[in-house]
Amino acid sequence: MNIVQGYKQFNFQEWLNKVPKEKIIFAYNGNITSDIVTNLLNVLETKFEGLDISTKSIKVIYNVLVEVLQNLYHHSSHNIIENINNKDVKWAAFILFKNNDYFTLSTGNFIEKKNVGILKEKIEYINSLTKDEIKEYYIKILNNAQYSEKGGGGLGLIDIAKKTGSKLEYNFFDFNNEYSFYNLNINIL
Amino acid sequence: MDPIIIVGTQKTPTVNFNSNGKIEIKGRSIPENSIEFYKPLVDWLEAYSSKPQELTEVNVQLEYFNTSSSKCILDVFKKLESISKAGNNVIVNWYYEEDDEDMLEAGEDYQSIIKIPFKMVEITE
Repeated sequence: MNIVQGYKQFNFQEWLNKVPKEKIIFAYNGNITSDIVTNLLNVLETKFEGLDISTKSIKVIYNVLVEVLQNLYHHSSHNIIENINNKDVKWAAFILFKNNDYFTLSTGNFIEKKNVGILKEKIEYINSLTKDEIKEYYIKILNNAQYSEKGGGGLGLIDIAKKTGSKLEYNFFDFNNEYSFYNLNINIL
Repeated sequence: MDPIIIVGTQKTPTVNFNSNGKIEIKGRSIPENSIEFYKPLVDWLEAYSSKPQELTEVNVQLEYFNTSSSKCILDVFKKLESISKAGNNVIVNWYYEEDDEDMLEAGEDYQSIIKIPFKMVEITE
């Protein structure tokens, strides 16, 4: 896989390879469309049946996946790595893997650098809240009758934090002048 | 008025809205952009609200719904709330599977926002 010449701070292949293969339950990198999201969810549901985890845990993981894929669908940029100029098709990567006693869902997508600040603030804010505060915040945003232009509603990350009870881990890797690679790690117990 | 009858898919719920007062949303609601799906439902309720039944019974039984849907579902409840405020009876039966605390909590969240009687109904297999 080639990266754009001259920008070597972030290497996608290295990022992907960080997770030991034997721990991976499912990994995907590619286009994100509505149909692809449907297919991914179907495949993942089948995968869960093979795992030795409770129905309750499956529900939480599935819910998180639905939200994550919804976010990737709405907010990812196109495929910067292969320098494809088709800006209409979103591209993202994610890895679901076993991590000690819990599961981790690690996602990655390119975003325009100008959007990094707001996103970082949002994550930091959510991470600063207690369990009760997250619940209050969720209801507040739910009730504020605002839809983002992408039909998202602004609730995805809050919902993920609410359902998992975990802090959202994130990294922004510099990619080039215009884009960063945004990595989100969600631990699901 | 004509009923709304929508067959469920992998991502969208089964919907039955009938002017006899029976309102049902069942299955999964996880489309990326729910506004398209829910707008006709909200519009239907707007029309229904001009001549509602004495009793409107709402059954919501969802296995999963995403945050995009949650706002739209709230819009549905707000329309029902205005029907109730106009002096008509509206009740909501919110179904959740045994041990699905998140779904129970979601029902309670709506209950705290919307001024209609909600009944939490646990489904035991």
